[in-house]
Amino acid sequence: MTRLPGHGPGGPSRRKVLWGGAAAAGAGAAALTGADTVFRSLRFPVENPGADDPAGAARPHGERVHPFHGAHQSGVATPPQAHARFIGVDLNKDVDADGVRRLLSLLSDDAARLTQGRAALADTEPELAAAPSGLTITFGFGPGLVERVDPGAIPAWLKPLPDFTTDRLEERWSHGDLLLQVCCDDPLTLSHAARMLGKDTRAFGTVRWSQEGFRRSYGAEPSGTTMRNLFGQVDGTVNPAPEEEGFDSLVWCGDDAPEWLQGGTAMVLRRIAMDLEGWDRLDRPGREDSVGRRLDNGAPLTGTEEHDEPDLEAMTPLGFPVIAEYAHIRRARSPDSEERIFRRAYNYESETEGAGLLFACYQRDPERQFVPIQRRLDELDLLNEWITHIGSAVFAIPPGCEEGGFVGQGLFES
Amino acid sequence: MIIDTARHLLAPVTVGATLLLGACASSETAEEDTTAQAETSTDLAEGAQAALLTVTDPWVKAAGADEGMTAAFGVLINEGEAQADIVAAYAEEISDVVELHEVASGDDGNMVMREKEGGFSVAAGGEHELAPGADHIMIMGLSEDLEPGTEVALTLEFEDGSTQEFTAPVKDFEGANENYHEDH
Repeated sequence: MTRLPGHGPGGPSRRKVLWGGAAAAGAGAAALTGADTVFRSLRFPVENPGADDPAGAARPHGERVHPFHGAHQSGVATPPQAHARFIGVDLNKDVDADGVRRLLSLLSDDAARLTQGRAALADTEPELAAAPSGLTITFGFGPGLVERVDPGAIPAWLKPLPDFTTDRLEERWSHGDLLLQVCCDDPLTLSHAARMLGKDTRAFGTVRWSQEGFRRSYGAEPSGTTMRNLFGQVDGTVNPAPEEEGFDSLVWCGDDAPEWLQGGTAMVLRRIAMDLEGWDRLDRPGREDSVGRRLDNGAPLTGTEEHDEPDLEAMTPLGFPVIAEYAHIRRARSPDSEERIFRRAYNYESETEGAGLLFACYQRDPERQFVPIQRRLDELDLLNEWITHIGSAVFAIPPGCEEGGFVGQGLFES
Repeated sequence: MIIDTARHLLAPVTVGATLLLGACASSETAEEDTTAQAETSTDLAEGAQAALLTVTDPWVKAAGADEGMTAAFGVLINEGEAQADIVAAYAEEISDVVELHEVASGDDGNMVMREKEGGFSVAAGGEHELAPGADHIMIMGLSEDLEPGTEVALTLEFEDGSTQEFTAPVKDFEGANENYHEDH
């Protein structure tokens, strides 16, 4: 708390306001220290793009921080950062409940420091922590971790998803005992954070898989712009927004979940390979027909703007539906408003592993939300010609922790 | 819109924080100084050196009993108005031999670590970092394995006889393998 980096020369105005205010109250040195802490938590509101703020415009965006402590873990409702790494860990056989507790304490301490732009304890490259750039570190538990602490605390949905006929799942992209989700607008900060977490994990387990994803770089588009996937499609138009009414009940686990998970969520991570060469052979009308949306702005084929409601009844003069029976958006839709998920996907691409989408989604119960949607898409979705699910994992994302606590602490208290 | 919210929040928070701090300034101040005080003897004399010092971010390198030794690190911060001199350290639960070490250039020009004469001095208002490759608390003759994520209780003894206890988490660490001075 005494020596945070990141007090750049930029943005003196807010800082002065706070320091001035505290000094005026005559509360002395302690108050100044305290005010500085308050300032840090506010020093750069994370959604502030700086562009419209003369004071913020000169400030490097690397200083932006998201809170680590709180009711929910950051990295779920947080606006998606440009880069993500999802790391699946297999715990060693000899790691028992005490081992899990020790591991989670170490990792939470690392995350509490790194996300605030501070070096972790025993950090050999402390300078790499100094530009947090919106870093979030989110922990998820597979059934194998929960079982070691309290087998009775495993929620019914925390298990592999049912088989879908179009799945071609590979073990090397699936399952795992512990998820480390590291998201950041700066790839160097992300790399350092992931490495630090890795150092504190290696005594307890091994990396089962590591999946790197990207979106547009920070500031490339106005915040809130729906992402595009590698097919060029606007992807996620109907995603519920965190500030939207109903988001909380769709995403955060409530009374019907085990107590340790209330305020947490369930994550499904699907690795979806995309056949870019096959997609190359499809002309633009064919591409739009397969999804039911225009490529230029994501509007439904029956509308003009991205967020226009699709008209599923509309017919062509020849009597065919404008949005085809096999179109992705028709198949993904459910009349049941509870049957929705919150997506936070990232693109992936590598010379050796191909290209696709790291489809990360969050919901309070995957069996009631993700599974019925995926069943419909599995039965019929023209997009299946070009996409294949090759990895799958389900994790319980515990609620956030308080200062001094650790993520997953509730699991040890029930 | 979001920016407006931030600005809107800022003013009230400034006032709120100030009031809050004003109200609990004493306990807030106490928090830093008392991490030491609370854990040491309550009859600690006013001005005792142990009461001046705060240990922040302490940690101990994980080690097996078969390796026999490890070290503790952290930052010693003296917020008082007098110098604090640490003359000894203890980790009674895990070792009988704990020394205050430095890493220095040996007779042959190689860096070696050895007991530091006079211990660690922290000037008034100053700080002193204990780090791999620099001054550290050497823990020898480990009686048990130190597993990552466990906590080690340590005690610092000051020149005036006052003591301060603190706990440090154990971290997996590849470094801190300095050459050991041959006299030991």
